[in-house]
Amino acid sequence: MAKEYTTPEGFEAVIGLEIHAQLLTHSKMFCGCSTEFGKGDNANTCPTCLGMPGALPVLNKKALEFSALIGLGLNCEVRKESVFARKNYFYPDLPKGYQISQFDKPLCENGHLEYLSDGTKKRVRIERAHMEEDAGKSTHHGTYSVVNYNRSSVPLLEIVSGPDMRGPLEAADYARAVRAILVYLDVCDGNLEEGSMRCDCNVSVRRSGEQKLGTKVEIKNINSFRFIEKALQFEIERQVDAVQSGEKIVQETRLYDPDKNRTFTMRTKEEAHDYRYFPEPDLLPVVIDEAFMNEVRAKLPELPLQKAYRFQKEYEIPEYDAFVLTQSRELADYFELVARSTENPKISSNWVMVELLAKLNEQKMGITRSPVPASALAGLINLMQKGVISGRTAKDVFAEMFETGASAEQIIKEKGLAQISGNDEIKKVIQEVFVNSPNQLAQYRSGKDKLFGYFVGQVMKATSGQANPEVTNELLKEMLKGS
Amino acid sequence: MATMQKIKNHAEELASQIRDGSFKAVDAVESSLDKIQKKNSALNAIISTLNERALDRAQQIDKATTRNGKLFGVPVVVKDNFCVEGSQTTAGSKILKGFVSNYSATVIERLEAQGAVVIAKANMDEFAMGSSNENSAYGAVKNPWNEACVPGGSSGGSAAAVASEMAPIALGTDTGGSIRLPAHYCGVYGLKPTYGRVSRYGIVAFASSLDQAGPMARSVRDLSLAYDSVAGFDHKDSTTYTETAVDTYSKLTSNIKGKRIGVVTSHIENVDQNNKELITKAIDTLKSLGATVVEIDLPYTENSISVYYMIATSEASSNLARYDGIRYGVRAEGATLDELYENSRGLGFGPEVKRRIMLGTYALSSGYYDAYYKKACQVRRLIKNGFQAAFEKCDLIVGPVATSSAFKLTERSQDPLKMYLNDIYTTSINLAGLPALSAPIGIQKDGLPVGLHLIAKAYDEQVLLNVALSLEEALPGFERTAGVRG
Repeated sequence: MAKEYTTPEGFEAVIGLEIHAQLLTHSKMFCGCSTEFGKGDNANTCPTCLGMPGALPVLNKKALEFSALIGLGLNCEVRKESVFARKNYFYPDLPKGYQISQFDKPLCENGHLEYLSDGTKKRVRIERAHMEEDAGKSTHHGTYSVVNYNRSSVPLLEIVSGPDMRGPLEAADYARAVRAILVYLDVCDGNLEEGSMRCDCNVSVRRSGEQKLGTKVEIKNINSFRFIEKALQFEIERQVDAVQSGEKIVQETRLYDPDKNRTFTMRTKEEAHDYRYFPEPDLLPVVIDEAFMNEVRAKLPELPLQKAYRFQKEYEIPEYDAFVLTQSRELADYFELVARSTENPKISSNWVMVELLAKLNEQKMGITRSPVPASALAGLINLMQKGVISGRTAKDVFAEMFETGASAEQIIKEKGLAQISGNDEIKKVIQEVFVNSPNQLAQYRSGKDKLFGYFVGQVMKATSGQANPEVTNELLKEMLKGS
Repeated sequence: MATMQKIKNHAEELASQIRDGSFKAVDAVESSLDKIQKKNSALNAIISTLNERALDRAQQIDKATTRNGKLFGVPVVVKDNFCVEGSQTTAGSKILKGFVSNYSATVIERLEAQGAVVIAKANMDEFAMGSSNENSAYGAVKNPWNEACVPGGSSGGSAAAVASEMAPIALGTDTGGSIRLPAHYCGVYGLKPTYGRVSRYGIVAFASSLDQAGPMARSVRDLSLAYDSVAGFDHKDSTTYTETAVDTYSKLTSNIKGKRIGVVTSHIENVDQNNKELITKAIDTLKSLGATVVEIDLPYTENSISVYYMIATSEASSNLARYDGIRYGVRAEGATLDELYENSRGLGFGPEVKRRIMLGTYALSSGYYDAYYKKACQVRRLIKNGFQAAFEKCDLIVGPVATSSAFKLTERSQDPLKMYLNDIYTTSINLAGLPALSAPIGIQKDGLPVGLHLIAKAYDEQVLLNVALSLEEALPGFERTAGVRG
């Protein structure tokens, strides 16, 4: 997006997100079935996740641990006693006729998340994060439908933000920040396209200055960060148009269609289910003791925000760089390795942020697949700092490294790219330049200082850019004075 | 069938003879199946028999080299809401007609681990909803003592099977009195264990916070053996109590000296004269055996029927949502998904089940939840506290199981509220999660048996069994089985 979208003049959008994170446990939430993806239809099922008569749920302790860990990562209070509840509705992919979720006593509450969006620091409240099981998957074939229950009872944590976001980019960046934490914690792979992270957006608009919230609309079926932005943009425009033409916004659930880039009604409030929540009698309240919380706390790694603050302090890099470099654990680790090996964090940060990330983005590669490992980039930076090559040459060498995977030293050697820094060598070149440019020399000596750049250019041309610029400048100044 | 030996009277004796090889499991099983064949047309106590499976198991038991097991070779009848792998499990409902379970309930596995042989699935009120066993899609069960009378419900088939000697032991489930009521009406012992004592895994759920499986038998010692076989922690049921090995049998004693017995006089005053006389006599017997009687008060129990029907129907409305015609059971076609649901459930469920689903759905609806479900849960807490306070003054409570003995078939089936009032003495026990036992204490003038309701504090099944044993030994003998028709 070239420019951040702005809400039409005189209006404010209010946005809250519900993010479903699929937890990376080996077994399902309430039975021992595998969560492995891509197995044959209904291969990962048992009486419990098929809702057979008489089958009962038993809580997966790992799912609880992962959920508590996310709670801590989002600065939430983790309840000492939380309660599972049944959410009742009929659908073929819901084998029991109810989903086991949490209602009035969720595991995590009252958290917040700070992140950077469009260069500005944002803070969004996390109202709650509750555990629930996934449903199966229905596929429709014209006259009949089939259901695959492999996903039934796979553990999810639903993270509900406060209505704290005001624009589409801010909302998408919030989702990115949540994803970063989930991935840092290694409890969710955060893949929107594959549905291991799902995002529903609640959005309403109101006239600027208005205190009362407008009627909210929920948008489902958004499977990329870009679509969060696009769906919200469409929806804000739609709602503002409606308000301006005097229409009433209907409380409803809408679906986003990325092909048409629009949202359309899925069901209105009148058609909404009465879920008849009540405490799940088959499961006891989840009681968490200090020992368990200590175990979880011990597993909490340094999170993006803390890392960003540390980078700013320890490496004295700008806030923006610190936030970008801590987007993923792997990128942060990469940068730290380069910074430590070069002992020059600022240059390291520039190289990682500008050269490396640009190339990676161009190739749509993640940092883990970078053809230039951190040690190799550090090697290149060190050669540049020692003056073996110039900054300009370094960029070419880097491009070569990225393409071939060879080391900087190898490339410099093979291509003879090492910088010429020897005084005698450069003096010889300058003398040749003087011989070939008698007119310019005379003009310079008669006061035309501007021609200095011309001589630098000629030296560089003669050495194919390998002459050390500092040494060249110094010698030129001296020799142009003439004797 | 080969031998037609008469099945031994009790599981205890039978298991011991099969263990030492003096009697064959195959003969015991054949004899049991034969009795079912003879008597079931009159009683309708059994929905299906497991002939092949049972005989296979009996043969294995006869050949086994390790010959231990509390119920070694003993034929057992289980209510048709227990899942037995590879066998039909209907829960008394048309919606599960022909449904074959693909796994076995934990209690079935445990029974089998003790050498028991499941021979048949007993008739029951549909989804265990009923007090007379007239709500079964497979027809009403008759009381073996008088076929014009109900056997009680919802475990009526199990009680009738034990009373008519089809098997020495049966399993039932008790959500609001469903083991104790039929035990009382059919003159057998029935134990509803403490909530959490027996795994619910693999038992078709009615109301999850109230359901509890338990044994029925013709002697206290058999009851104890069967209870010990199935009780204990199960990692597949999160609500089971942590104690793993339960052993009441080796601790059985009829010495009840010094036991304090709580009585609510008004409860006994309210029952039918015949019942009252026998209950009073039983209490006098307990006194003569060295127990003391204390008057206690059980506040809020007068609310137990309303509270029970709120909570039980709410949970049932959710538990029965899985019977939707999608994956198993009856499916009626429909033009849309909603029609498919409506038609399947409309066709599959009987009137009492529909009534309770609607009641429960209403009680949980937004806007009504606080006034009904939540309020009921609060009163449930008060009822539980009332029992706790009472148990500071006594070791167990005795009283009536119901206001009368078995009533006539169809006498109350047209009036659901009158039928619900049958459960007046039993539902509070489930609400409080306590163990209770119905012990036969005599036959009234019209020939129908009467049971005594014994209630203990949580996890003290032992005292119930001990006191029941003392009565069994002390009371004048009476024909405890209706097997005379043989």
